[in-house]
Amino acid sequence: MRTAFIETLFELAQRDERITLVVGDLGFGVVTRFMQELPKQFVNAGVAEQNMTGLAAGMALSGKIVFTYSIANFPVLRCFEQIRNDICYHNADVKIVAVGGGMAYGSLGVTHHATEDLAIMRALPNMTVVAPNDPIEARLATRAVVAHAGPCYLRLGRAGEAILHKPTVAFQLGKAIRAREGSTLTLIATGGLLQNALQVADILAHKGIQARVLSMHTVKPLDCAAVLAAAQETSAILTIEEHSVVGGLGGAVAELLMESDVPAVKFKRIGLKDAFSSTTGDQEYLRSVYGLDVAGILRTIEETLAI
Amino acid sequence: MAELLAVLYGKVLRVNPSRPDWPERDRFILSKGHGCAALYAVLAERGFFPLDWLDTFYQNGSRLAGHITHTDVPGVEVSTGSLGNGLAIATGMALAAKRDGKTYRIFALLSDGECDEGSTWEPILFAPQHRLDNLIAIVDYNKIQSLGTVKEVMDLDPFADKWRAFGWAVREIDGHNLDQVEEALSTVPYERGRPSCVIAHTVKGKGVSFMEHQLLWHYRSPQGEEFEAALRELEAQR
Repeated sequence: MRTAFIETLFELAQRDERITLVVGDLGFGVVTRFMQELPKQFVNAGVAEQNMTGLAAGMALSGKIVFTYSIANFPVLRCFEQIRNDICYHNADVKIVAVGGGMAYGSLGVTHHATEDLAIMRALPNMTVVAPNDPIEARLATRAVVAHAGPCYLRLGRAGEAILHKPTVAFQLGKAIRAREGSTLTLIATGGLLQNALQVADILAHKGIQARVLSMHTVKPLDCAAVLAAAQETSAILTIEEHSVVGGLGGAVAELLMESDVPAVKFKRIGLKDAFSSTTGDQEYLRSVYGLDVAGILRTIEETLAI
Repeated sequence: MAELLAVLYGKVLRVNPSRPDWPERDRFILSKGHGCAALYAVLAERGFFPLDWLDTFYQNGSRLAGHITHTDVPGVEVSTGSLGNGLAIATGMALAAKRDGKTYRIFALLSDGECDEGSTWEPILFAPQHRLDNLIAIVDYNKIQSLGTVKEVMDLDPFADKWRAFGWAVREIDGHNLDQVEEALSTVPYERGRPSCVIAHTVKGKGVSFMEHQLLWHYRSPQGEEFEAALRELEAQR
């Protein structure tokens, strides 16, 4: 996803000199070409995320389309107040990019896990929150956030994610992609877990259970119509995210369902419990420990639906 | 800071009250957002908005909040209020102006207290690296912060030396001496390729005998006889 993002941004920036990339001294081997070939559109703010974010707001208020870039939760947490006051309150055209969403930097430890970011960013007025599920979505999301005037948070994976969509897939911010048809239950995935959701759906199909699978790449604004249709047309909704169950995709869907008039639909948030990881390991390992691998998701579905 | 704002908006800033968003205008960022009453007054005096708006300051339903607020207030560039945010925004504006070949300047007014914030020192480190001589930081150095004197809480001295060591061209002035203020603000940049810093030595509550140097008046608004007495003292000095 990282490569899809930076390649797309580079292409767009070559054609639009307003596009500026501000990094917090990270992106070795990723941002190099951008830095060398578009130096007037590149800034290294230093190991200083507050500076990175304040600078970005100032540049955006001067007519630029600014991307801030760092890894995991670094572009979000230290500089949260700058995001709220300087970017969101001024509706400044800044896109905050986090590479390594969820536990992509698993082995580096909990300080490098971005597992509350969706909830935190979702709470901000004017903010659009996007967490693509594969490199195709990452590419299309990069284009979409440039076209969208205003603050966006783009939470990417890292490298090596499987391609799940055709390059021609219709992509629109705030509009879920129906990756698989189904009428029994609905799996809604964000931030790189679509692949596991699709594999789970394949396994369920062998058992005669037809799971609809939605890629909810945009967590805010939520595609309410797609969620409500799932609630009306299928008997259960399960959200899947590499994020705390507090306030992320699951929280957003729960809020919507509780306030809607659809008849009772079974509902479960599959994500990280409200706790820090207590072990060390890479993303795949940590997903298996915390129930976000295919087997773990399947287990939770079976327990929830007693199937 | 009243003198600093009066000189800025009276003599220094290239701004157009009838066209607040004129692209070539100088930018002024009030990083010490709590000083907004003075800025609102200056903007109204300069004709950015009607003087009678000032009567609504801090009131229910007003546009004029108790920290500087840009929404629907012509002439206010950015909202601040949490200390330590303004200089980085100003620095971003200065960098954008340089890259776009623009000649406008960016002035930021800081409090001494917000120089406790690490986020203030990040752009202080950044701006000289990028040779932003279109950026001017002014510090209202009144030597009192929220819970005591600057010396007691977090001594900034040698303050000018700190800015110099970070690569800024620095002048220290009496922030109440209009000639010194005008000279300092109208001769920037002091050095080509370096951002400028004006350390304005000021007295909190200047001109009102019972307010000068008193921490209490960071919080309190004069009412009734106090208000009349303060105005009498200020009028006598006109």
